[in-house]
Formats: sequence, structure tokens, C-alpha cells
Amino acid sequence: MSNAAKPAARPLSPHLQVYRLPLAAWLSITHRITGIGLAIGTVLLVYWLASAAFGPAAYATASAFLGSPIGLFFLAGFSAALFYHLCNGIRHLFWDMGKNFEIKQTTVANWIVLLGTVVLTAGTWAFTLLGRG
Amino acid sequence: MVEFTLPKNSKPTKGKTYPAPSGATNVKRFDVYRFDPDSGANPRIDSYDVDLNTCGPMVLDALLKIKDEVDQTLALRRSCREGICGSCSMNIDGGNTLACLKPIEECKGAVKVYPLPHMPVIKDLVPDLTHVYAQYESIEPWMKNDTQPPSSGERLQSPEEREKLDGLWECILCFCCTTSCPSYWWNGDRYLGPAILLQAARWINDSRDEATGERLDNLEDPFRLYRCHTIMNCTNTCPKGLNPAKAIADIKMKMVERAG
Repeated sequence: MSNAAKPAARPLSPHLQVYRLPLAAWLSITHRITGIGLAIGTVLLVYWLASAAFGPAAYATASAFLGSPIGLFFLAGFSAALFYHLCNGIRHLFWDMGKNFEIKQTTVANWIVLLGTVVLTAGTWAFTLLGRG
Repeated sequence: MVEFTLPKNSKPTKGKTYPAPSGATNVKRFDVYRFDPDSGANPRIDSYDVDLNTCGPMVLDALLKIKDEVDQTLALRRSCREGICGSCSMNIDGGNTLACLKPIEECKGAVKVYPLPHMPVIKDLVPDLTHVYAQYESIEPWMKNDTQPPSSGERLQSPEEREKLDGLWECILCFCCTTSCPSYWWNGDRYLGPAILLQAARWINDSRDEATGERLDNLEDPFRLYRCHTIMNCTNTCPKGLNPAKAIADIKMKMVERAG
């Protein structure tokens, strides 16, 4: 063994700090985030259903909360997360079949997923709000 | 483990600025990651103003010009300067590529040059590749046979069998893909990463190799193979235009097919 002084610990090269993530990578992390969002949204859904079981007063409170601006904001986020996760999930099914791996195909699919999310979410809310009259 | 920030000893500081020679008219700035293992100091970003009128067209040309004429302490790997050796892989302008294949004019503003991401740095732009090479060895990248070759001496392939290796054999092991992969950043200790899995696919798909089952067994692991979440950074960044994500998907499908 040499007697040379031990060199300083090697630094870790920059990663997220310098990497310019392609759109597909942003959609990938969004898939995870919306997955977590869906779990939280399900708690909201269970709260609403459970309130119905607890009686009219509890149900009225829950409905008032969900119908308030804050409640609607959460529901809008919940529905957007659901539709994003659905659209991107379908794309994952294609990937699992070994399809849609060329860069051009993934670029097109990126925009289909985003467009699908916007259209389905906006459509759902337009339908709901118009139906409410 | 997922760690979004850099350790304390890895945060780059602002370094020196080297102005262009007087009279230069076509100046481009290169911000280059520097780390001197002997100094004990944190890495720094040095800025070099290069006169493009006296410089070749590629980022590697500029780096070698800096090394030749401005700062001889700059360390980088390079060899063939034509995209076949895989030595000069680094992070340029936010993406991993080969410096010799990256035209300077494709970079808007200052050209930012970093070593391959999330790797231990030996010096400047030279990362420590010991771990990825060990992972490469772990997939046993050589022909494995139980039977003797035919008496004619060669194991022949049909053109169709040979075609299955296209898009796999061209890999030059520059590790641009592996070090672009967030899954590899967070789980590189156990996940093999796109480059090594593409190599694994190269041997799994070789009609002359007789260890296909054994190779698949070796990859049947939550971490070695299944940390791939089709983030697609690998395919988006490969300087040779290969498709590691598809190669990994093919391995996953072979797992399913043999399970029946």
C-alpha cells in the first residue's frame, strides 16, 4: 500500500440540477403524483359515502363541504388526476405489450394523453355543471 | 434512495472565468464542471470564452482547444472523435451525449458541460465507471454454450436470426442512457440500468447462445430488471439512436412468455 494521503471523497455529479427532462419524463412523474392523488381522493369519496350512512345531518355537512369552492377544487383535481392516470395507464398497457417505443410514437402519445385528460376533465365538469342548472 | 439534492461536498461553486483572446469576434462561452481531487475543495464551474472562428464544430473540439491552449489541467476521456468509442460521453446542454457528436451550434447560450449525471467523479469530466462495469460483468456478456460447435467450426445464423441483434450490437457502452435514468439515479446500486439491460437483451436474443433461460433467471428480480418504469430518458438521449427502453420491454415480455 502506498503512503499517499487518502483522496477526498468523490463528489456526486449533478443530476436533477442539470438534466433537462424530456416531456415523457415529466409525464412519467405525473403518473406517480396522480396515483398518490387518487389515493387521497378515494379518502374524500369514502368520507362522502360514510356521511350518508351516518344520517341526514352528516350527509348535509359533507355535501355542503364538497359543494363549497374548496370542495369543488378538490373534486376537480381528483377528476383530472383520475383521467390523467386512466389515459396514461392505457399507454402503459401498450408499453407492456412492447408497442409504442419509437421516439416519434411516444411524442404523439404524450400529447394524446395530455389532450385526453383536458377533454375528459372539461367534458365531465361541463356535463355536471350544466346538469345542475 | 431518492435524494433530490446533492451532498454537501458535491455542490458546485462558481469558479474562474477565462476570457477569449483579444480580437476574437465569434465568442461562445463554455461553463465546464471542474473537480480537483487533490485540493479537497468542492467542485466548481469554470467559464471559458472560446473563439469559434478558430475552433472545430463539435463540443469535443472546443474542450480540446481549451485543454490545449487555455487550461491543461482539464481532464476528460476521449479517443476516436467520431462517435464509435463511447469515451467522451457527458452531460452537455442538459442532455447526455457524446461530445464528439454534439455540434456547438445546437446549444443555445452558454454551453453547459457536466460529467455523466449522478456518478462519483474522479476528476473534472471523468466519472468513476467501476460499478457499471461490474454490473456489465454480472450479465456475463459472452457466448455460453453446452454443446460443441459443428465440425465445420462455426455456429451459423440465418439472416432472420441475425436481424434480431440489430439495434442491440451497435451499443458502444458510453452509458449516456444509464446515467440519464432517474430510476438508475435512485436505485443504481441494484437496478442494472438501460445500457446493461440492452446488453443483456443482446445475448438473450442471440440464436447461438444456449443460456437464455439462465440469463432470464438472473434478471427475474424486482430491482435488476423491474425498476424500469418507461420514463424513456434512455431512448431519448442515446447518441447512437438505439432504443434501450424497447430492449427492456422485450426482456419483460420474454419473462411473461416463458411463465406461460
